[in-house]
Amino acid sequence: MKRLLLTAVAAIAPLCAQTYVIQNATVMTVSKGTIKGGSIVVKDGKIAEVGEKVTIPPGAKIIDASNQYVTPGIIDCHSHIGGDGGINEGSTSVSSMVDIKDIINPEDIAIYRALAGGVTTANILHGSANSIGGKTLPLKMRWGKDAEGLIFEGATPGIKFALGENPKRAGNPAGGGVNATPARYPATRMGVEDVIREAFNDAKAYKAEWDAYDAAKAKGESPIPPRRDLQMEALKEVLEGKRFVHVHSYRADEILMMIRIADENGFKVRTFQHVLEGYKVAKEIAAHGAGASTFSDWWSYKVEAFDAIPYNAALMTKKGVVVSLNSDDAELMRHLNSEAGKAMKYGGLTEEEALALVTLNPAKQLGIENRVGSIEVGKDADLVIFDKMPLSAYAKVQKVLIDGTVYFDRDNEISGRAAKEAEKQKLIDKEKNPRGTQPATAPRRPQQ
Amino acid sequence: MAIRNAKIVTGAGPVIAKGTVVVRKGLIEAVGENVPVPADAMIVEGEGLTVYPGLIDSLSTLGQPGAITAATANAGRGGRGQNAAPATTAAPVNPLAALAAAATLTPVARGPEDRPQTTSWIKIADEVSPNDRRIETVRAAGFTTVASFPTRGIFAGQGAVIDLLTGEKPGEMVMASPIGQYISVTRSGGFGGGFPSSLMGYLAYIRQLYIDMEHYKLVKDAYAKNPRGMQRPEYDRALEGLLDSPRILLPANRAVEIERMLKLAQELRQPTVIYGGRETFRPEAVAALKKYNAPVLVNMKWPEKARDTDPDEVDSMRLLETRDKAASAPAALAKAGVKFALYSDGMDVPRDLQRAVKKAIDAGLSREDALRALTLSPAEIYGVADRVGSIEKGKVGNLVVTRGDLFDDRTKVEMILVDGRKYTPPTDAAPFGGRGATVTDDPGAAGGKR
Repeated sequence: MKRLLLTAVAAIAPLCAQTYVIQNATVMTVSKGTIKGGSIVVKDGKIAEVGEKVTIPPGAKIIDASNQYVTPGIIDCHSHIGGDGGINEGSTSVSSMVDIKDIINPEDIAIYRALAGGVTTANILHGSANSIGGKTLPLKMRWGKDAEGLIFEGATPGIKFALGENPKRAGNPAGGGVNATPARYPATRMGVEDVIREAFNDAKAYKAEWDAYDAAKAKGESPIPPRRDLQMEALKEVLEGKRFVHVHSYRADEILMMIRIADENGFKVRTFQHVLEGYKVAKEIAAHGAGASTFSDWWSYKVEAFDAIPYNAALMTKKGVVVSLNSDDAELMRHLNSEAGKAMKYGGLTEEEALALVTLNPAKQLGIENRVGSIEVGKDADLVIFDKMPLSAYAKVQKVLIDGTVYFDRDNEISGRAAKEAEKQKLIDKEKNPRGTQPATAPRRPQQ
Repeated sequence: MAIRNAKIVTGAGPVIAKGTVVVRKGLIEAVGENVPVPADAMIVEGEGLTVYPGLIDSLSTLGQPGAITAATANAGRGGRGQNAAPATTAAPVNPLAALAAAATLTPVARGPEDRPQTTSWIKIADEVSPNDRRIETVRAAGFTTVASFPTRGIFAGQGAVIDLLTGEKPGEMVMASPIGQYISVTRSGGFGGGFPSSLMGYLAYIRQLYIDMEHYKLVKDAYAKNPRGMQRPEYDRALEGLLDSPRILLPANRAVEIERMLKLAQELRQPTVIYGGRETFRPEAVAALKKYNAPVLVNMKWPEKARDTDPDEVDSMRLLETRDKAASAPAALAKAGVKFALYSDGMDVPRDLQRAVKKAIDAGLSREDALRALTLSPAEIYGVADRVGSIEKGKVGNLVVTRGDLFDDRTKVEMILVDGRKYTPPTDAAPFGGRGATVTDDPGAAGGKR
């Protein structure tokens, strides 16, 4: 009984990280071309060998992937899954004191479903209710691990900024309906710009205070330290380059505005998110060194998202911007591979360029490309086995490995369903008819 | 008073099959098999009776008439309707609630600096009243003592251990104060919008306040040492309230929440008690409590399927498991050696309380452990085990005298001693009384009827 329950909770009990050899696959490395009939050796959670011919280590488990494809694990640069108790702290214009890290919910079924869509890493962002939002971080989809176990260890954390309609409308009764919370500054795009600029003025003063304290301490004095302010601390980290800025943005003018604020204050925008008008200012984005994380063909859900084209990803790529395609949605997250495929039709990207939009490029944007994003010796064994060409809408994920551990196996999932269903039915029946759980001495009472 | 020839379950050593307890001036003067009955004692013939230490409800709002019974640990979105009755039904009529309501008149909080939903300085000991009509019914179930806490807001205030005396001076009721700061992460009614509005906002706010407390202490101490030439630090009652509190109570029901809160507690470097504990039947939750060596107050209002749900909607496996297994949590905690106490969560009908304990016993908890979770363990958790929690010489004369085993269905509570004062349960509040077994889903409504 206990065993059954445990397996039901973990859905797929991850196997121990053992040595695997994936054989006879079409290996799409993304960084080093595609190998037909290739093999990958997975050892100690890392990719140990890739090629047409590999040495099979003793004791290795063979995964025959004949007629199948292997890609790097898909990376989603914009997701909101796996959080508890809301992903927007919308009560304040600058909510940089809050942290997604505090509310990771490893039990969110969306994690498992993303995994089943081949996603191995996702950048979990704060919402876009405020000009400066909360702290963010990338997670690995290690379904079954605890909150700590999901965190992409060593990855640089981020912070969410937001421009345009969302931050200026949030909390404003005019846009938020009759039950909206009282109006909150800002209410215009000018106001958004002002909030961000003011926040960095404050952050610089805060930083100066701490720098002075550190200097005094270095001189051997023992001054009273300044008050630590969580809101300012996050922005201080931005100024020090220790925290990546991910900016929710749509219109070309506000993208340029954000670049100006960043330049004035001496920090870099790491990525523009959504960035549907990015194709208009791709040169400027590339010059700033920012990445762009966009949709393939999702737009027109609000006025600022009208002037969009499916060529956006391809056009920005050709101007030298590191581009990724993200989901911003638990459902879209499950088929980012076919989203990437659309960039081949619209804009003529190569297979490799298209696949990079959901693997190597988001890895670069998150500063984790030394660990994930392509199939190379020494990188984390985050791998997806597809039954068909991965950029096709017909491709289905067969197996997903993270750190060399199988976290999703289509066959196990399907064959395990009946047992899980039966276990659940047992509990439902027991609750409906709790006979046997009542003590013998209990008086008979009508069911309540 | 002397109770002789009774079975005595002392809670601190073996059961005395036939012995005597002597209570004088509110204290236990002697207990044992061969204790002489003092000449001036009022004698109770204990033949067929069992004497237990007075029960302690480890988390309550008793002594606060009109207080909402808001101790529903509903951290995050785990509640999902079941057992997550909004604590807004009772009208705030006591001074505490009025104080808390006054907070709504202040501008909407824009950040931690505005100290939103914080009344950390409030001490229940200052506000306690013997005129809470719930006291009588709860006492009829064998409870002599409760840990009473203010429960409105994020930093609600400081609790006290109080003895359930009625018609006496309030000050007599207070056994220990302050015993801890009640912290919640759910929005209580009437506070309006403003910061914080999300779980991560609550957590950031709690963290910031403790950072501020540390800094406040640093500056205050420096000023006390040498005020000359130093700008006077501002007096901050919210931070004074935190400095006063010997421990904090953090809400957590799901295993994820328990781990999250324990991690936060470690960061705050505060002695912490978790309350809620609904998923402590899960091994990972027990493991976390063991790892951080934290005690837990387990809510005895076991989760049930809400009666007004769509009959076609099927709950998740996890929720089904939780409802099936919740009452086995105390047994799991006892087995693992985690310190835990049980609390009523506003249940004040003796029959309900008895059934709730019995359910845990039926799910594997030994009677000794059940008694401990309602006596010595809560006393230890709040640092008053030198006064209450067991029948020992010199401790407070809090006793329950029953005919039959305390946790059995047909047991009748004959007599309760609180501070040596004798109370007899009113007949209508006795088990199997006219009230019947109304299991209410809404603790606020139950409190409001009175």
